[in-house]
Amino acid sequence: MGDDAERSALGRRSVLIGLAAVGAIAAVDVAGFLGAGRALTSDALTPSRFTDGFEDVYGRHDGFRRNHAKGIAATGYFTATGAGSAISTASVFRPGRVPVTGRFSLSGGLPHCADTSDTVRGLGLRFDLPKGEQWRTAMVDIPVFPDRTPDGFYERLLASKKDPATGKPDPDKMSAFLAHHPETAAAMDVIRRRPHAAGFEDSTFHGLNAFHCTDGTGAVVAVRWTLMPLQTIRRSEPAQAPNYLFDALADTIGSGPLHWRMLLTIGQPEDPTDDATTPWPESRDTLDVGTLTLDALQTEGPRTARDITFDPLVLPEGIAPSDDPLLSARSAVYTESFTRRSGEAKQPGAIDAAEVPDER
Amino acid sequence: MNADPTTPPRFALTSRLLHWGMAVMVVAQLFLGVAMVASLDAYHLLRTVHMPLGFAILVLVVVRIGNRLRHPPPPFPTTMRPLERRVATASEYLLYALLVIQPLTGWAMLSAGGYPIAPYGPLHLPGIAPHDPGLYALLRQSHTALAYLLFAAFTAHMCAVVFHTLALRDRTLDRMALWRGRRERDDRIRVE
Repeated sequence: MGDDAERSALGRRSVLIGLAAVGAIAAVDVAGFLGAGRALTSDALTPSRFTDGFEDVYGRHDGFRRNHAKGIAATGYFTATGAGSAISTASVFRPGRVPVTGRFSLSGGLPHCADTSDTVRGLGLRFDLPKGEQWRTAMVDIPVFPDRTPDGFYERLLASKKDPATGKPDPDKMSAFLAHHPETAAAMDVIRRRPHAAGFEDSTFHGLNAFHCTDGTGAVVAVRWTLMPLQTIRRSEPAQAPNYLFDALADTIGSGPLHWRMLLTIGQPEDPTDDATTPWPESRDTLDVGTLTLDALQTEGPRTARDITFDPLVLPEGIAPSDDPLLSARSAVYTESFTRRSGEAKQPGAIDAAEVPDER
Repeated sequence: MNADPTTPPRFALTSRLLHWGMAVMVVAQLFLGVAMVASLDAYHLLRTVHMPLGFAILVLVVVRIGNRLRHPPPPFPTTMRPLERRVATASEYLLYALLVIQPLTGWAMLSAGGYPIAPYGPLHLPGIAPHDPGLYALLRQSHTALAYLLFAAFTAHMCAVVFHTLALRDRTLDRMALWRGRRERDDRIRVE
């Protein structure tokens, strides 16, 4: 059967079958692709929609992070004791010193909000390890996280939106949220009872989520990490200046580097790794893995912490994510926020490291 | 290889293996990519697959271009008119170009975003673009746009082959098939 014979045998029927097959295959293909991207489900909570939530609650501020928008960049180094090598092969725990890029921040999406003593304080860190490895972590000064799941966080975020009429969140929305989320109510209780630090310098920063550490034999343990301040500060009365927390930080760092001890808390098999709202028992063993030293601040700008994410899932070999659902969601939303602000016009960060008043 | 005159000429075996192997990888990668950026809970898992798969595709497309230079494709079926042949050739080049450019865009994007680039365990690759947020944003958008273009080119390619094979009955698919075509077997039986 030659080509001519074949072509003459072409019937209307085979062309219709062919066209129908093409239509069906293309429809399944395109619908599958759009469905995989959740383009067909408008109510799915995607990283983009989550980030929209921050913009909805706090407004859009070009060039700034969608959460922890107000901040100042810092640099320093981490000096490992070597104790961490007992549970993890991570190079960061081998005795020695690695450079660190960091950022102190206040939670919320307002880059120029006034400092208050009860706003959650953040410290993001990037450890630059040998052979191109990095360890990034974003820590806060509360001992547990208010939400167990990304959906809970998103709902609480929306419930916290200020009513334009009163300038305050609608109390009914928040109590309705808490009625459905007893774990958040319990976590907020733990958060309220924490010892209150006067500033960034004496704050204890918590990694909150659990991770898995693997040692040289392949043994895995769950850990949470904490930075314990090695300096104490005293303030006689709450300051009124809008940037008083950052001013005090700059002032203190100007007179000498700040230090935090990094402790790894080792979880027992019964300790939850997928629930950042629940503290682990106080009795758990800890390892003093090293000291973080931050000795300089920079106004947020090019080549500072402004231009990176503190994505908690950029981890060195030897540290791995746990089953905590917040981890993947944090990674995804930080990335979305980073993508948005990277494409926007940049303004100087709220805190100018060079013009901090030196009055204390 | 084509002693039987009724059998359409085929692509070389290495070409066919590379074609189908990469087809599975690229289609998986496209679906993985759009699912990844739209997902909170599976984001990390999909990201840990997406990056190594992208590098594997980049390595294989280089192998494939080498193979393509060694083994030119068989002639077009006679059912294809000159214009259609030009379109087919252009779309083939477009697919090759996208398979090279898209992984490189992803690599450059991670470089510009300041991310470590570690597709396979301890292997760390150097950055291929300066750490610059503006460049990152541009490359990130390009990576999405190129993914949609690659998906459209793949869909058009697949539809064209299906149309030729089922409507025009010109055995276009047999040229790339790993298996022996049904009619080829029938013809052979008849010849015997």
